[in-house]
Amino acid sequence: MKILVCITNVPDTTAKITFTDNDTKLNKNGVQYIIGPYDDYALARGVELKEQLGATLTVLHIGEADTDPQIRKALAIGADDAIRVNIEPQDSYYAAAQIAHIASQNNYDLILMGRESIDYNSGVVHGLVGEMLGIPSYSPVMRLDIADGTATITREIDGGKEILKASLPLVLGCQEPIAEWKIPNMRGIMTARTKPLNVVEPVDIDKMTSPEKYTLPAPKGACKMIPASEAETLIRLLQTEAKVL
Amino acid sequence: MSVLIYIELDNGSIKKTSLETIAYGAKVAEQTGGAATVIAIGKAEEGELQKAGQYGAAKVLHASDEKLSHENSLAYADVLAQATQQEGSKVIILSKSGLGDAIAARLAAKLKAGIVSGVTSLPEIGVTFKVTRSIFTGKAFAVTEISSDIKILVVKKNVIEIDESALPTLQATIEVFNPTLDDADFKAEVVEVEKASSELSLTEAQIIVSGGRGMKGPEHWQPLLDLAKALGAATGCSKPVSDLDWRPHHEHIGQTGIKVAPNLYIACGISGAIQHLAGVNGSKCIVVINKDPEAPFFKAADYGIVGDVFEILPKLTEAAKSLK
Ligand SMILES: Cc1cc2nc3c(=O)[nH]c(=O)nc-3n(C[C@H](O)[C@H](O)[C@H](O)COP(=O)(O)OP(=O)(O)OC[C@H]3O[C@@H](n4cnc5c(N)ncnc54)[C@H](O)[C@@H]3O)c2cc1C
Ligand SMILES: Nc1ncnc2c1ncn2[C@@H]1O[C@H](COP(=O)(O)O)[C@@H](O)[C@H]1O
Repeated sequence: MKILVCITNVPDTTAKITFTDNDTKLNKNGVQYIIGPYDDYALARGVELKEQLGATLTVLHIGEADTDPQIRKALAIGADDAIRVNIEPQDSYYAAAQIAHIASQNNYDLILMGRESIDYNSGVVHGLVGEMLGIPSYSPVMRLDIADGTATITREIDGGKEILKASLPLVLGCQEPIAEWKIPNMRGIMTARTKPLNVVEPVDIDKMTSPEKYTLPAPKGACKMIPASEAETLIRLLQTEAKVL
Repeated sequence: MSVLIYIELDNGSIKKTSLETIAYGAKVAEQTGGAATVIAIGKAEEGELQKAGQYGAAKVLHASDEKLSHENSLAYADVLAQATQQEGSKVIILSKSGLGDAIAARLAAKLKAGIVSGVTSLPEIGVTFKVTRSIFTGKAFAVTEISSDIKILVVKKNVIEIDESALPTLQATIEVFNPTLDDADFKAEVVEVEKASSELSLTEAQIIVSGGRGMKGPEHWQPLLDLAKALGAATGCSKPVSDLDWRPHHEHIGQTGIKVAPNLYIACGISGAIQHLAGVNGSKCIVVINKDPEAPFFKAADYGIVGDVFEILPKLTEAAKSLK
C-alpha cells in the first residue's frame, strides 16, 4: 500500500502578516515557517497507518527550495521519501494539477491532505485533486481507519458528523482529532538526512487566477469598556447602538 | 454573463447564508446584464424555492431525485456541471461552507474553471474580472484576477447587506431539473449520520455565546447556556475547552476549528489567542468578558467588561430576558 501526504509550508499561526513590493508580495522577513497545522494531522495519521499496515509513505510539496526544512521535518516524523515540485503555485488549481500529475504517475492508494492550508486557506485542493484523478474526495475527516482496502471515515458535516465506508483510492482532507501531532525524535532527525528528497520540475498548466495586490484589514476602533457593576447596560447598547440585537 | 447560484437546503428550507448567496449572485448578473439562475438539490418545502425571486433570481432549477437527498459533494458537483452546461453559465456562485467548497472544487476540475474561495466583495468587472478574498485566516485580503472562461466564486457570509423589510414580492419560476446521475458518485456507504438537529448551527447563527477555559469546567456552563437561550444564540468554545471534553468538538471555534461570522459574538473567559481570533474576525460586533484587563481579546473587541464571568453572565441574562 502506498500513502501520499501533501504538505504546505506556511507562516506560523502567530505570525504577523505584512506585505512588500507595493503590496504585491508577502513579507517573509522574520516570519517563521511551519508545516500547515492540518497537514501535520494528515502526516501524523499517515505515519500511524504506515506502521500499522506496512505501507510506504511519501510526502509531497509544491514549492521552492526554501521549504526544504519543513520537508526534512516530515521525513524525520516518519515519511520514507519526499517529492518537491519546484515552483511556488499561483493558486489552488495550479497546486492541485501538479499534485494530480505526480499522483497519476505513482498510483497511491491513499492521498492525505490537510482540511485547508492556513495561508491561502481555500479548502479546495483535495476536491480538485480527487476530480482530476477521477476518485472520491472527502473532508474534513476526523477519524480514519483502513482495513482490507476499505476506509472507514468519520467526517464533520454542518452541525454534526457522518460515518462513511469507501473503497480506496481516496483523497482525504484531515483535521483533529484524527491523530496527535508528532514531534521528530533524534533518530528520526538523523535518518531524515539520508532519505531521498526528489526535486522535479512542474508540468505546464494554464493560468486560471492571479493575485494582483494584498491588503490588510482596517484597524479596529477602540473597545468600549463597561464597568462590571453596570454590566446589564451592555444589552441596551447592543440593541440601540450596535444594533445587533 | 449568465450566473448560476447553488443554494443549500436544510430540512426543506433555504439556509440563511444561501439567501445572501442568491442576492450576491443576482447583483453579479445585474452588473453584467445576464440572468441569475438558482440550482437547488434535495427536498424543498412547498413554496420555499419561489422565495429566491425576492432575492433577485428569476428561475430555480430543482433536482429532487431521492438519491440526492443525502449530502453528496461528488454527485452535487456533477449536477452543477450539467446545470452550467444547460444554462451556459459563466459565473458559478456558492456560499463558503464545507459542502460549498467541496462541490466548488470538484466542479472547477470538471469545467477547467478558475476557483476563488473566501470571496469578500462583489466582483469588479471591466476588461478583467477581479474579486477580493480573505487569506491568512482573515489576517489579510488578496485582490485576485480570474482569467478563465468560467469562474467559480465561493463567497463568505456578510458580504452584502439584505434589507429583509424591503424585499420585493417577486416569485421565481421553478423548473424540474433531471440530471444524469453517475453510479460512481454513490459508491460510499453511509453508515451513520449524527446531527444535532435541535441545536442552532454555528455557521448560520446570528448570535454566538462562547466560553473559554475561564469558565472553569463543564459543570459551570449553565450561566452561559442561559444567556444563549435568552438571546436565541448558538454556543461555541475555545480549543482547550473542546480538547478537555468540556464541550463537544463541533463547538470549537478558531483557526483549527469552525470559522464563524455572526452579528454578535460574546466571548466569556477566553483570552483571545491569535488562533482563536482567526475564527471570529468576521463577526460584526464582538463583546469580551474577562477578569484580566490585559487579555488580548479586548484589542479585537467592540465592547468589553472586565470582571468575573459568573457574576456578569446572570446580569446579562436578566437584561436580555426583559428585552422582549
Ligand atoms: C496551531 C495552533 C492552532 C490553534 N487553534 C486554535 C483554535 O482553533 N481555537 C482556539 O480557541 N485556540 C486554538 N489554539 C490554542 C490557542 O493558542 C489558545 O491556547 C487558546 O485559544 C486559549 O483558550 P482559552 O482562551 O479558553 O484559555 P486561556 O488562554 O487559559 O484563557 C482563559 C481566560 O479566561 C480568563 N478568566 C479566567 N477566569 C475567569 C473568570 N472567572 N471570569 C472571567 N474571565 C476569566 C483569563 O483571564 C484568561 O484570559 C491553537 C494553538 C495552536 C498552536
Ligand atoms: N503547495 C502545496 N503543496 C502540497 N500540498 C498542498 C499545497 N497547497 C495545498 N496543499 C494541500 O491541500 C490542502 C488544502 O489546501 P487549500 O485548498 O489551499 O486550503 C492542504 O492542507 C495541503 O494538504
